[in-house]
Amino acid sequence: MVQQLTSGERQNALVILLCVFVAGVIMAALGGSDPLGMHGVIILLFSAGLGALVSRSFYEPEPDPQRLSQYYDDPIKVGIALTLAWGVFGMFMGVWTAAQLAWPDLAFDAGWSSFGRLRPTHTTGVIFGFGGNALIATSFHVVQRTSRARLAGQVSPWFVLLGYNLFCILAVTGYFMGVTQSKEYAEPEWYADLWLVVVWVTFFVLYLRTLARRKEPHIYVANWYFMAFIVVVAILHIVNNLAIPVSFTQAKSYTIWAGVQDAMVQWWYGHNAVAFFLTAGFLGMLYYYLPVRAQRPIFSYRLSILSFWGITFFYMWAGSHHLHYTALPHWVQNLGMTFSVMLLVPSWASAGNALLTLNGAWHKVRDDATLRFIMVAVVFYGLSTFEGSFMAIRPVNALSHYTDWTVGHVHAGALGWVAFITFGSIYTLVPSLWKRERMYSSALVEVHFWLAVTGTLIYVFAMWNSGIIQGLMWRTYTEEGTLAYSFLDSLVAMYPYYIGRAFGGLLFLLGAIVAAFNVWMTVRAVPVAAVRQADVPDTGLAPGAAATPAE
Amino acid sequence: MDIDHNTLVGFAKSWGLFYLIALFIGVVIYTFWPSNRKRFDDAKRTILDEDDRPWR
Repeated sequence: MVQQLTSGERQNALVILLCVFVAGVIMAALGGSDPLGMHGVIILLFSAGLGALVSRSFYEPEPDPQRLSQYYDDPIKVGIALTLAWGVFGMFMGVWTAAQLAWPDLAFDAGWSSFGRLRPTHTTGVIFGFGGNALIATSFHVVQRTSRARLAGQVSPWFVLLGYNLFCILAVTGYFMGVTQSKEYAEPEWYADLWLVVVWVTFFVLYLRTLARRKEPHIYVANWYFMAFIVVVAILHIVNNLAIPVSFTQAKSYTIWAGVQDAMVQWWYGHNAVAFFLTAGFLGMLYYYLPVRAQRPIFSYRLSILSFWGITFFYMWAGSHHLHYTALPHWVQNLGMTFSVMLLVPSWASAGNALLTLNGAWHKVRDDATLRFIMVAVVFYGLSTFEGSFMAIRPVNALSHYTDWTVGHVHAGALGWVAFITFGSIYTLVPSLWKRERMYSSALVEVHFWLAVTGTLIYVFAMWNSGIIQGLMWRTYTEEGTLAYSFLDSLVAMYPYYIGRAFGGLLFLLGAIVAAFNVWMTVRAVPVAAVRQADVPDTGLAPGAAATPAE
Repeated sequence: MDIDHNTLVGFAKSWGLFYLIALFIGVVIYTFWPSNRKRFDDAKRTILDEDDRPWR
């Protein structure tokens, strides 16, 4: 990896790492026993570890200049590995927290392992760790292939990938210590937020510069979705995290927003994190890996453009549906509700476009578990966008809000859509990235597929049942006009569903472990010599380069 | 003029509508502009090309 950098680039990498190291030392010194000090230590260890890695190869010979006429895949490979590692971690934390809800003793009476601290390690682990790394890795892959251009930088892709992972590590370790801004999906404190801004702006510039190098006249639509993801996440992150630290020696900060404005900004952020992090970026994956895997062009390119603009401009206004029946002005609630319902049109346009692409190739879907992952992802995308529009309607929300129905809806999207499209993309990407003919074991892909489908269905059905029962119990009145059930009654009614949910999540986690094993064995075990396809160029891995067309 | 809650509501309710309609018209024109057809058709097919090297 380091060998692919010139000595000048190795120097730059070391200078950047040194700056990060110094920042870590300053934080550790100023913070002392505050969590800020602990995070300083983590930052200095992180940068020292990477610095050692760079220094070890510092005096190795200069890389082959030929590498510049190939795509830059090293950061993507590391990104895939990090995706799977975070996936297994985040899903494990999910199973643990789910089990805590059924068996509270699993918190073991410790502060760091209480539900309130573990829950954000699950959400951050899967959304930002698993999803974010998958988005960075696949966006680097898609932008290069669809632009026919190498990434516009040697050090910056590493800065983006590893800097982002440092953010995730700070976030998750912070939760264990009790660090939180108390904003859902935006829990990390001010210093981690500032660091993410630097990383994200670098990501944005790198992406734009790579697009500017493109040899194709038109920017393929998948890149539009990735661009929307990068731009909007930057805006959301900055606005929602505007905060004033208590002091520069403490982790704690207070948001500059107050009252209902704070709630509105938070859910404008929260819902658009769903829209642009968990939807737009993954639609970018869909629009590239689905046609490539199915070997069929997208059904309608024009429809993909129309749905792109629909999704980007409708989603922006939907956030207020999280605040029905609150102090938020009624017309703002109506606005969010209306836009949420309208969103069904571009969402189903994307889902329909994807399914019609597969129309006529159903035999491939039957035979190829990877393509089936993508197909199921599309079906769940269609289902959960319908469900989301429906739940955003105020009277429906009166029943569903604060219940497990919301949790079921989120997981229909996060497991069924996000994770399925990610695994489908990974199984498409890994063999081509490592120049292997196929995955190590297609039987294990099949096993993963069925574990994931079963797990998702058990999970979602458990939460639908539990959510609707909860919602109904909380609004049932006796003839005297008092509530028929106490909160504890509803809790007892949840018990079997919580066990079912933990079991469904466990199956999904097992599937992710199978995937990680399969990818590992693909990288390690299948002999490189098995590949001799004329369309695969030499990357230095395979001795004896094959012919390369289109030069 | 005082900028109060009602001013902002009025602005959002009128200009918000106009800019979304303008955006819609713009997008539809771009999507169905006849000379863009070839560009779009090429884009959706060329990603399936098998070569795996940047172009020079």
